[in-house]
Amino acid sequence: MATETMVEPTRRDFLFIATGAAGAIAVGSIVWPLIDQMNPDASTLAAANTEVDLANIAEGQIVTVKWRGKPVFVRHRTQKEIDAARAVPMSELRDPATDESRAQKPEWLIVIGICTHLGCVPLGHQGQYDGWFCPCHGSVYDTAARIRQGPAPYNLYLPPYKFLSDSKVSIG
Amino acid sequence: MSGHSTYIPKSDLARWFESRLPIIGLIHSSFIVFPNPRNLNYWWTFGGILAFMLMSQIVTGVVLVMHYTPETTLAFDSVEHIMRDVNYGWLLRYAHANGASMFFIAVYIHMFRGFYYGSYKAPREVLWLLGVVIYLLMMATGFMGYVLPWGQMSFWGATVITSLFSAIPVVGNSITTWLWGGYSVDNATLNRFFSLHYLLPFMILGVVILHIWALHVAGPGNPVGVEKKSPKDTLAFHPYFTVKDGFALVCFLIFYAWFVFYIPNFLGDADNYIEANPLQTPVHIVPEWYYLPFYAILRSIPSKLGGVIAMFGAIVLFAFLPWLDRSPVRSGNYRPVFKIFFWIFVAVTLALGYIGSQPPEGNMVLYGQLLTAYYFIFFLVILPLIGLFETPLPLPASIAESVLSPVKPPAAPAAATSSAEH
Ligand code: HEM
Ligand code: FES
Repeated sequence: MATETMVEPTRRDFLFIATGAAGAIAVGSIVWPLIDQMNPDASTLAAANTEVDLANIAEGQIVTVKWRGKPVFVRHRTQKEIDAARAVPMSELRDPATDESRAQKPEWLIVIGICTHLGCVPLGHQGQYDGWFCPCHGSVYDTAARIRQGPAPYNLYLPPYKFLSDSKVSIG
Repeated sequence: MSGHSTYIPKSDLARWFESRLPIIGLIHSSFIVFPNPRNLNYWWTFGGILAFMLMSQIVTGVVLVMHYTPETTLAFDSVEHIMRDVNYGWLLRYAHANGASMFFIAVYIHMFRGFYYGSYKAPREVLWLLGVVIYLLMMATGFMGYVLPWGQMSFWGATVITSLFSAIPVVGNSITTWLWGGYSVDNATLNRFFSLHYLLPFMILGVVILHIWALHVAGPGNPVGVEKKSPKDTLAFHPYFTVKDGFALVCFLIFYAWFVFYIPNFLGDADNYIEANPLQTPVHIVPEWYYLPFYAILRSIPSKLGGVIAMFGAIVLFAFLPWLDRSPVRSGNYRPVFKIFFWIFVAVTLALGYIGSQPPEGNMVLYGQLLTAYYFIFFLVILPLIGLFETPLPLPASIAESVLSPVKPPAAPAAATSSAEH
């Protein structure tokens, strides 16, 4: 079937390809704004930091604050809870992380209160390790908010935060 | 849509109109004189019921929008305002909320009808695929509608379902953020869900028109699964099937009305009368009943990505039915082995629904896993194998014969025919 005649590209071929290319770029540049408008808008991105006064949080207490529409847990850990978290060998962890890497100051554990499975808010002081228990599908976190049991793949995420003074922390 | 229209316009005006837009002729040939198989049973009336429910959802929905406010601080109150202040608002909202459930009851019966009678087999594959598309759009519509009243289940249901996408490797989190328009389900999410909840039913309507078009190309199947061959096999759509469909619709509406007027919150969740609170998850999250079997499958797989794949896979498998079921015989009535496994499958799906409604504790998890295994094995192993090894019962020569002089199938299916076309 192969015929050996080489047809020279014509002006029409060139115009056809050029028009097609211009059309593709035009469609792309119209579709992208339609998709990107759904991403977080400027006011959401600009959402301010949240400051937390630590003086009011008693030892053993967990306080939930709102940051970027999400709950953040600020947990004033007891020595027992810190020791329990530090005693765990890395090999037992699904998402290995040392307790030291999870808390800037050992007594203050600050984590995003959203289960890494499907986004529920875990309940504090519950579950086998007395850390958190997620009521939705049964994920269990320890006192360093590391995943220990259940379907969640990761430890609770850490928000960016810094201590402004001994009794004030700024999240964000 | 079936060959030439026999419609003859009676007045000058009708003639003038018909020669410019032959739509009355189209309706006449599709829904008046259309030759339906004469043996259609009541399982075939759910298509008409579904069409009615779609219109009912659109009408009640458009009216609800006149009073509803899609804004996180106002949405919950606006729904309560509909319930308490708006004239007949309670009726409109209960009709819409229960209408969604009735819509799903009808679609599940319609789908299992198609499954049992092999309605997806050639030449009706495209008709079946359009049906699967409608079902997917319905699931999306129902899900987004349930978010609108902005109660606790609205919020947490939306959170769990949108988070399913975060299981996708690499781009998962960006997709979820994009779906939310923020870092959690919030006002941006509510607004877009409202927009899409309004849009999708009209897209469903469009696909329904294609679905009926495809239906009228092949003509409907029938309980014996033998194609119509002569006029003796058929009856005109009107009055025979308009009356039959109408009677079934009235019975269905009585059932629907019983829910709306007597037990309007039976299928709902009490937690959804508590306003959404992003800082507190209800103790036990359950989706609407019509998603429960798939929710049970999601929870049965002890891995996040695996669970999500299994859940979507369980739904998508329906689209592959025409190619998984290799048996040339359509109707389950003539397939002794298929019939057994089919009814087990129906029972398994219902049991999965029950398990999806229970907290994932103790034996529930194990039962869920066993039933999930059957669900997939049925589609992927049992169904293709039955098609190869089953000996079907002998088929009647025609629809007319099956109705007018039914022959008792012989005990030993020795004279079994292997083709639906016989
Ligand atoms: C495929 C058809 C539809 C389905 C399956 C459906 C489903 C639902 C569901 C499950 C709810 C939540 C009900 C509740 O618990 O309160 C809902 C709410 C709502 N829907 Fe629809 N819907 C459909 C069509 C429409 C259409 C066409 C509109 C508007 C044009 C609409 C407007 C609304 C509004 C405003 C609400 C919030 C008020 C309320 O919660 O009752 N729906 N829908
Ligand atoms: S969302 Fe926490 S276990 Fe599923």
